[in-house]
Amino acid sequence: MGTRKTKAPPPAALGRASTKKDLPDHFKNYRHVWVFIELERGQVHPVSFELLGEGRRLADQLGVQLAGVILGPPGDSTRHAVAEAFAYDADLVYLVEKPLLTDYRNESFTKALTDLVNTYKPEILLLGATTLGRDLAGSVATTLLTGLTADCTGLDVDADGSLAATRPTFGGSLLCTIYTLNCRPQMATVRPRVMRMPQRSNKPVGRVIRHDLRMLEDEIVTKVVGFLSDGQSENANLAYADVVVAGGLGLGAADNLQLLKNLAQTIGGDYGCSRPLVQKGWMAADRQIGQTGKTIRPKLYIAAGISGAVQHRVGVEGADLIVAINTDPNAPIFDFANIGVVADAVSFLPALTEVFIRRLAPGNHIRLVN
Amino acid sequence: MSKEKFDAIVVGAGMSGNAAAYTMASRGLKVLQLERGEYPGSKNVQGAILYANMLETIIPDFRDDAPLERHLIEQRFWLMDDTSHTGVHYRSDDFNEPTPNRYTIIRAQFDKWFSRKVREAGATVLCETTATELVLDGGGKVIGVRTDRAGETIHAEVVVLAEGVNGLLGTRAGFRKVPKPEAVALAVKEMHFLPEEVIGERFGLTGDQGCVIEAAGTISRGMAGLGFLYTNKESVSLGIGCLVSDFAATVESPYTLLDAFKDHPSIRPLLAGSEVKEYAAHLIPEGGYKAIPQLFGNGWVVVGDAGQLNNAVHREGSNLAMTSGRIAGEAISMIKSQGCPMAPENLSLYKAMLDKSFVVKDLKKYKDMPALLHTNSRNFFMTYPQLLSKAAQNFVRVDGTPKIEKEKATTAAFVKARSRWGLFSDAVRLALAWR
Amino acid sequence: MHIVVCIKQVPDSAQIRVHPVTNTIMRQGVPTIINPYDLFALEEALKVRDHHGGEVTVLTMGPPMAEEALRKALTYGADRAVLLTDRHFAGSDTLATSFALSQAIAQIGNSFGTPDIVFTGKQTIDGDTAQVGPGIAKRLNLVQLTYVAKITSIDLSARAITVERRSEGGTHVLKSKLPCLITMLEGTTVIRRGSLDDALRAARSEIVKWSAVEAGIEDITKCGLRGSPTVVKRVFAPTPREQKAVQIDTTEKRVRDIADELVASIFTHQPALQHELSSAGSA
Ligand SMILES: Cc1cc2nc3c(=O)[nH]c(=O)nc-3n(C[C@H](O)[C@H](O)[C@H](O)COP(=O)(O)OP(=O)(O)OC[C@H]3O[C@@H](n4cnc5c(N)ncnc54)[C@H](O)[C@@H]3O)c2cc1C
Ligand SMILES: Cc1cc2nc3c(=O)[nH]c(=O)nc-3n(C[C@H](O)[C@H](O)[C@H](O)COP(=O)(O)OP(=O)(O)OC[C@H]3O[C@@H](n4cnc5c(N)ncnc54)[C@H](O)[C@@H]3O)c2cc1C
Ligand SMILES: Nc1ncnc2c1ncn2[C@@H]1O[C@H](COP(=O)(O)O)[C@@H](O)[C@H]1O
Repeated sequence: MGTRKTKAPPPAALGRASTKKDLPDHFKNYRHVWVFIELERGQVHPVSFELLGEGRRLADQLGVQLAGVILGPPGDSTRHAVAEAFAYDADLVYLVEKPLLTDYRNESFTKALTDLVNTYKPEILLLGATTLGRDLAGSVATTLLTGLTADCTGLDVDADGSLAATRPTFGGSLLCTIYTLNCRPQMATVRPRVMRMPQRSNKPVGRVIRHDLRMLEDEIVTKVVGFLSDGQSENANLAYADVVVAGGLGLGAADNLQLLKNLAQTIGGDYGCSRPLVQKGWMAADRQIGQTGKTIRPKLYIAAGISGAVQHRVGVEGADLIVAINTDPNAPIFDFANIGVVADAVSFLPALTEVFIRRLAPGNHIRLVN
Repeated sequence: MSKEKFDAIVVGAGMSGNAAAYTMASRGLKVLQLERGEYPGSKNVQGAILYANMLETIIPDFRDDAPLERHLIEQRFWLMDDTSHTGVHYRSDDFNEPTPNRYTIIRAQFDKWFSRKVREAGATVLCETTATELVLDGGGKVIGVRTDRAGETIHAEVVVLAEGVNGLLGTRAGFRKVPKPEAVALAVKEMHFLPEEVIGERFGLTGDQGCVIEAAGTISRGMAGLGFLYTNKESVSLGIGCLVSDFAATVESPYTLLDAFKDHPSIRPLLAGSEVKEYAAHLIPEGGYKAIPQLFGNGWVVVGDAGQLNNAVHREGSNLAMTSGRIAGEAISMIKSQGCPMAPENLSLYKAMLDKSFVVKDLKKYKDMPALLHTNSRNFFMTYPQLLSKAAQNFVRVDGTPKIEKEKATTAAFVKARSRWGLFSDAVRLALAWR
Repeated sequence: MHIVVCIKQVPDSAQIRVHPVTNTIMRQGVPTIINPYDLFALEEALKVRDHHGGEVTVLTMGPPMAEEALRKALTYGADRAVLLTDRHFAGSDTLATSFALSQAIAQIGNSFGTPDIVFTGKQTIDGDTAQVGPGIAKRLNLVQLTYVAKITSIDLSARAITVERRSEGGTHVLKSKLPCLITMLEGTTVIRRGSLDDALRAARSEIVKWSAVEAGIEDITKCGLRGSPTVVKRVFAPTPREQKAVQIDTTEKRVRDIADELVASIFTHQPALQHELSSAGSA
């Protein structure tokens, strides 16, 4: 997705923008591409790998190195994150290992990351647009007084080596390409699943540069006193599902959501919805797909009774195959779906489920509850 | 209950309410205006024609900052059948005058501007506040209104009902009846957005010149109705309205009429490539003079559409609304300045002033028109347009038929469809109603 | 207790249109609204005030017509409104916006009492960056609490606050100190309707209007386009897909046959799916 969008014609120079073209001397030695590796409760967030994939491409284009930045407590999980960074093709890793980095806190992470930047001077710094990444990126950019382009959908370097960050604007109706002209590093955040997941290799561990964080627990005002997990059952890992079935207002009633769930279960997929269903309280907020919900990138996306508003569209465009079921032959969703069925979703979904049952597991007569 | 007491409460921030509130506030009265919409104009059907004179009387320099779309230089009247239109177009450079006479406006923006003027004049304007009922004292005098803000009430010496065509307050209090279905039209309307240049090209307009099309004929499927198209700066307002009683009697839905109108070969090319962003439906009082209810009482007056003050024949409404609002405001201010109570005998001043204005005079002139159009709609809106189209085509098409035969065929078609007597009586009745 | 809530007036993005040729936003007729996420922040602020006493000041940076948004916030029950408006602010990115807002908040502190909590929405629907809040916090050196789903408790005497913060896969319970900046998550609470007296007061109150200088901003180069390190170089429409969806013919067919055809079509498009779905689904 990222590469496709930025293949558009080169940006025309804008009058006022070009006045900022000269990079001050003290920024001229900023070099290399960094990716912040997000580590929370021992797990690396997959968005970090997606960013390493993008970072690799940018670094190669610029002829510079790709580094992962890892902040965490001493121990296995941090060590594992380092190994993973290399497996996803980082050339080197900057590592700050401190017990007070066990839980994410803005104060400690901001200090650690800004210290690293000021010491080792990267030209590009990428973070995931997660709750953690957005919290951190804003503070770091403000501390460093540099530009930050949030929620990018495309990253590229232009002829003179500047980062061209493309993101949706005005609710997804337009895209814009943004440059950080006379400040460094050029910072950008990218939402999970917007970029493709790169291949993992089994590269041996490379160079690790350790850095110290001079900070005491007493200096940190905010304390983490608990964590309430969403739990396994309702934990929608929608963003990473291979098959997603989603419903919109066209389903008509909350009861009909069972039809979605039946289909999802039959084909081993997850289920989601358009925003109005969340607003009506028919589905949990973390199952919303779109601009203000999740971006998904499944192999198969089936949308039932969804009109395909631009805010929904931007969240599903990365899917390999989009199937739309809608009673209105002129619904905008048919403009970007691959296969369309003009039909009443409420009667069609059960039929589709049955056909799948028949085709996928012959002789296996599962009776689904309604 | 709020402790505050006002001289006057105006219910509604449409054309009539704004005119009334502005007039009273600028004469020093303590005025409260309530509007149920999110902001003034938000509930009002957008895109309309503004007649400058009536606003000029209220705010002489309105052209300085009012959001006006285009001034009109061309008016087209079309009689349509399913595939054609026969038209009269009037376009004149005289309309490119320093103080143009008619403009297109977008109500949502215009009403906001008007409301700002009202506020600047000193009135207190509350939006998102609905007046739910009139509060009466023991003697049946209106002393205030109840609102939907926790049911709280607020008091004033007089209440101006400017609540539009289906105003509930007046009907709930028994001051007026719910308008009869044959006295209100339902208009549906869409805004079609197009780049400014495209509108200029399609209608032959430069700068902020504008054009209006009014159309009648088979587009209303034999019901009494009218289609219209107004050019705004970056959009075209398009709609069609028919009497509610007709809609009820037929199976037609307003949407299908509008769709057919948009799809008419004479209209379609004018809209090509546009993006529809708004859809609205609104009622228009069409009962005319005979439907005007009691306009004043003990502590209350009615202005604008709520009083059926709307000239359906000329598609004028907002100017009658503004003028009735202004006159009510003037009357109330006069009564107040003389320290008199807002009793019916004093408020009758409003009615007396209104009778002398063009509002009532115009409505009187066309008093028989609504009934005529209502009872004869099939002829006026179906038969005649078709006949006229046939006649015009006969006239224009060159196919070797002798001209004399063409003429005969045309006459024969008219007579066959409507009989000589029918034709004659329609003509006479139309003339009488128009006179 | 003094609370400042940052709200922004935004075009209702559901109504945005793009000029087909020039690719610019056609603003005409597009209604503006208070950024929907900011309403959750405002409601939370009002609740805290109602519970602990004090005042709520709403602040916005924008063109003069942003006054409408402030007036509306007053009808909901805010006590005071400040409009930061100056042509020097035009073209601000998140860094310049958070600079101007933080200066104004400091000035609000000088004029009306130092705020204990600054609220912002989670994000705007036009800028959509979620960065202005963190930017303000950093500049004012406030504790930053983002994506707050719930304020569990506030202890004014101990200057302590406990909140639930949304994070990936769960919720963190954080204990922190006032003064702080909270970016509020959307929730199920809807904004209240103010009383008639609130509405009357709002309709009449004077909105405090500050230019850059009045807000105490000395260095104008940190504002607007000049103070913005990022520059929008190009705006363009998303590339439309070349092809519309292939439609499964549904005329005069039984639902089941249509479903059959659809599944066949899915597997023709993505043959690999047939295998993958079977192994997943039958499990
Ligand atoms: C700032 C902002 C952010 C937003 N973020 C998101 C977001 O993240 N995600 C999101 O989804 N939306 C988002 N929206 C909302 C978005 O603009 C649309 O309103 C929303 O996507 C529409 O949802 P829908 O398609 O379910 O409903 P509708 O637009 O009402 O469409 C329902 C569809 O169902 C069809 N239908 C009706 N009956 C049937 C039937 N029996 N069988 C089959 N089809 C039927 C209709 O033809 C119609 O196309 C956002 C909006 C704003 C302003
Ligand atoms: C499609 C259409 C096209 C038209 N075109 C034209 C035209 O081109 N030129 C022209 O001159 N006229 C036109 N008219 C007529 C014109 O719009 C009306 O005559 C005029 O708006 C009447 O003004 P009003 O103030 O009486 O009522 P409205 O403008 O309807 O205002 C009433 C206001 O009161 C508010 N309200 C109602 N009840 C309450 C309550 N209980 N509490 C608080 N607030 C309340 C409403 O929200 C509304 O804002 C058209 C009408 C329609 C429907
Ligand atoms: N111009 C502004 N005026 C006031 N508050 C703003 C402004 N811009 C952004 N904010 C606040 O910052 C939050 C995040 O905005 P954004 O970074 O644009 O997504 C919003 O929800 C507002 O609370």
